[in-house]
Amino acid sequence: MQKRRILDFEYGNIDTDRVVMNFGPQHPSTHGVLRLEAELEGEVVSEIWPRIGYLHRCFEKCAENSTYPQVIPFIDRLDYISSMNNELPYVLGMEKLLGIEVPEKVTYIRTILCELNRIANHQIATGTFVMDAGAYTPFLYFFIDREMIIDIFEKCSGARLLYNYFWIGGLQRDIYPGFKDDCLAVIKAVRERIKEADKLFLYNKILIERTANIGVLPADVAINFACSGPVLRASGVPFDLRKTRNYLNYDKFDWNVPVGKGEVGTVGDCWDRLWVRLAEMEESCKIIEQALEQMPFEGDVRANLPKRIKPEVGEFYFSCESPKGELGFYITSDGTLKPSRVRCRSSCFVNLSVLPYITKGYMIGDLILILGSIDIVLGEVDR
Amino acid sequence: MTSKEIFSILQEKFGDKILGFFEGDKIDPFVNILPDSIKEICMFLRDESGLEFDYLANLTGMDYKDSLGVVYHLYSIKHNHYFVLKVTLDRTKPMLPTVERVWKTANWHEREVYDMFGVIFSDHPDLQRILCPDDWEGFPLRKDYVAPTEYHGIDATPNKLK
Repeated sequence: MQKRRILDFEYGNIDTDRVVMNFGPQHPSTHGVLRLEAELEGEVVSEIWPRIGYLHRCFEKCAENSTYPQVIPFIDRLDYISSMNNELPYVLGMEKLLGIEVPEKVTYIRTILCELNRIANHQIATGTFVMDAGAYTPFLYFFIDREMIIDIFEKCSGARLLYNYFWIGGLQRDIYPGFKDDCLAVIKAVRERIKEADKLFLYNKILIERTANIGVLPADVAINFACSGPVLRASGVPFDLRKTRNYLNYDKFDWNVPVGKGEVGTVGDCWDRLWVRLAEMEESCKIIEQALEQMPFEGDVRANLPKRIKPEVGEFYFSCESPKGELGFYITSDGTLKPSRVRCRSSCFVNLSVLPYITKGYMIGDLILILGSIDIVLGEVDR
Repeated sequence: MTSKEIFSILQEKFGDKILGFFEGDKIDPFVNILPDSIKEICMFLRDESGLEFDYLANLTGMDYKDSLGVVYHLYSIKHNHYFVLKVTLDRTKPMLPTVERVWKTANWHEREVYDMFGVIFSDHPDLQRILCPDDWEGFPLRKDYVAPTEYHGIDATPNKLK
């Protein structure tokens, strides 16, 4: 009988070098063309360097060579999942620069469509996040409801994803006759789906084990990195531009800002970010319901569209709460038909910059989850 | 607190490092300061009680044709007020201290400003291009930038009507 070979190691003396590994740029879990250089110690992440820019399309340079209305289609293509919300800060900023008052009806339609878009975005965000954790079904379920929302957008603007619907001074066209009923049907379906999500995955033991206490982002660090949106609110900071900046007519509705409480783990972990998104979907439903009741259905949405957009010399920074965080546009006008500079303050870009901090010391498998919980779209990161 | 009040506090504290206060109805009120003093002024704005600008909302470069500039949009989550700082830089040698130690978010923003405008942020821990490839030549968002017609053997001439 062969004698068993005994390996005589002193384990403390084995020299294990740190290994640098590449994630992406073509990897399904990086949510787009993002490359992460990860320095690993065994299975533990010791350092991360995100490498971005693969989807850089020179938005800011293109904007300098376009007229003011021509910029809007470019903006649609930044964060292609929530285009309605993307157009909003640019359009509101331009209206401030031109001094245009829009009709009440336009403001209500913008509110409703932005909140619907927020729901659609959070459905994709939570869906892909739990898909990263190994649950494929919720992703498909969410897409059923999302299709209803996309249908409303398609009936309004003619496009499914890239709308060009909010124009400076009004809307591209009026809403269609069955708009209210469609919105109410969506709210009903979304609410049922949230209840189902609670049962299906939110309090599922496996998901809690995988996400609680993972990727903890303390509040002071989040503020120092200027994180915004659900990422900041999950860390327990009730900062929402819809409340503080008070644009559109969010002050007329009764709604809350959900903040992370660390229900199953620490405040600011991946589970909190997931929970905040699901809670925000419910708040959006509340806003849409109230807006539909108050909204005047009579009136012309194109009444105040200016014939020729040529603002005076001036500059404004206007930011709104997009589903992913603070999306702002710094518009500088030199008195000609084209902007002298349009700067996009991208929420995903800023939120992604905190990734090296919050992944340190976690496993590779958790790295994918933490990246998913930040909810980035590379179109907006790279611009 | 309004921008005017913050300006008077700054002027009292820093004197002639503050160059001026500008406002108008088509403009966010802003304060112009000397580039070299940006870090200490930002440190003061972040830590002084009553101001507490803990959130750097936006940092961006500008090209004013005869000079370059950097714009800082600050916000205080605690007090809910905004403030805009601007510096003007020499076009031939644009250089100023980094505020990365004040707000970590400035790290990537400053890399982007370097990438697009060629502004050097001294003491920045990792000043390299972020959106363009590492071997890219020139600074694309400068007004006098001419786009290359070729990149690594890829033809990039604009389509002309034949």
